[in-house]
Amino acid sequence: MPKVTLRVNGREVSGEVEGRTLLVQFLRESLGMTGTHVGCDTSQCGACTVHVNGLQVKSCTTFAMDVDGAEVTTIEGMANADGSLSVIQQAFQDHHGLQCGFCTPGMVMAAAALLKDNPKPSEAEIRHHLEGNICRCTGYHNIVKAILAASGQDVSAIAAE
Amino acid sequence: MYAFEFKRPKTLSEAVAALGGEDAQALGGGQTLIPTLKQRLAAPATLVSLNGIDEIKGICTDDQGRLCIGGGTTHAAVAKGAGAYPALAALAANIGDPAVRSRGTIGGSVANNDPSACYPSAVLASGATVVTNTRQIAADDFFQGMFTTALEPGEIITEVRFPIPQKANYQKFVQPASRFALVGVFVAKYADGVRVAVTGASSNGVFRWTEAEKALSANFSAKALDGLKASADGLISDIHGSAEYRAHLIKVMTGRAVTAAG
Repeated sequence: MPKVTLRVNGREVSGEVEGRTLLVQFLRESLGMTGTHVGCDTSQCGACTVHVNGLQVKSCTTFAMDVDGAEVTTIEGMANADGSLSVIQQAFQDHHGLQCGFCTPGMVMAAAALLKDNPKPSEAEIRHHLEGNICRCTGYHNIVKAILAASGQDVSAIAAE
Repeated sequence: MYAFEFKRPKTLSEAVAALGGEDAQALGGGQTLIPTLKQRLAAPATLVSLNGIDEIKGICTDDQGRLCIGGGTTHAAVAKGAGAYPALAALAANIGDPAVRSRGTIGGSVANNDPSACYPSAVLASGATVVTNTRQIAADDFFQGMFTTALEPGEIITEVRFPIPQKANYQKFVQPASRFALVGVFVAKYADGVRVAVTGASSNGVFRWTEAEKALSANFSAKALDGLKASADGLISDIHGSAEYRAHLIKVMTGRAVTAAG
């Protein structure tokens, strides 16, 4: 079987895959990293969002062999080195940016990609950026609030709505 | 998904050779093809990824002033790098969602010719040239109906060359679940006239609205459309909108595009 080698959260990993093995299958089933979720498996929901070479992608719609050699960051790589929550993760907790939590890994990865390119996004920019991430609890309001807070911006206006 | 052999060539010539095999299929960003494979609507023996071929990625300007975009260039890269053609950059910045834009490519979108995709409208309205590993194809000859193009089996889009218009704008009425265009209209004004291309509306794929082109070439103003009515013949009717509704949207979105183009 073909082999792929990736750097996942800074650690070099490799494993055998089939041509049709999706990146998310490789992460979850070969590496046992189940933080990245499969929600819809049809490229709609964004629960499987990870970063490949710094870019946000849906790992259920990317073949493992197509990203051979890439740097991959997953939700498991988001906490600080000492294990404490990152600013974005802490903001999700502080602002109740999750209910059931299933979409949260994808939401956090999407938020991190947004804030890297746009450190002070407006509420509208945040909502536009989250178009590919579905929260079935429909908790978008607090997710947007958490991302605003993580970017160091005032959330009182949106909190009053 | 059925099993297949996965190949990831580094050069165009290797990709062309790999696509010469039996039941070989090219893979662009995969944002349409991978869901299609999961549904078992396609079952290639070999999948040839074009994502490792650096020579078909990137954006430049040729000696005729055209913006040349490599077939393997992602929507995100076009959104950032096509500043010389702002309407095109804006179109790319609003395809799908950010994750789709990180992977999806212009060559993949144009080759697939989804009747609701954004890019075909820009290619057709700009009178762009689709360059492949074997030839150059004018946009007017390239799109041949829903999911159908002039491409031969195994032919690879290496570049799309866009003449830069004086004014242009793309307006998309989004189908909110899929983010595809329920109706999208790209208007481009050149020194020799205006071109209007409509996506999302017709069961025959992207098409030019020639009556609007004539009216707008005489007077580039939304008012010039007042007496016109897009025909509902051959338009898509589905749960998201009737053919008559799509015909109505064509005129509304064309008017908005003209106004936004200034």
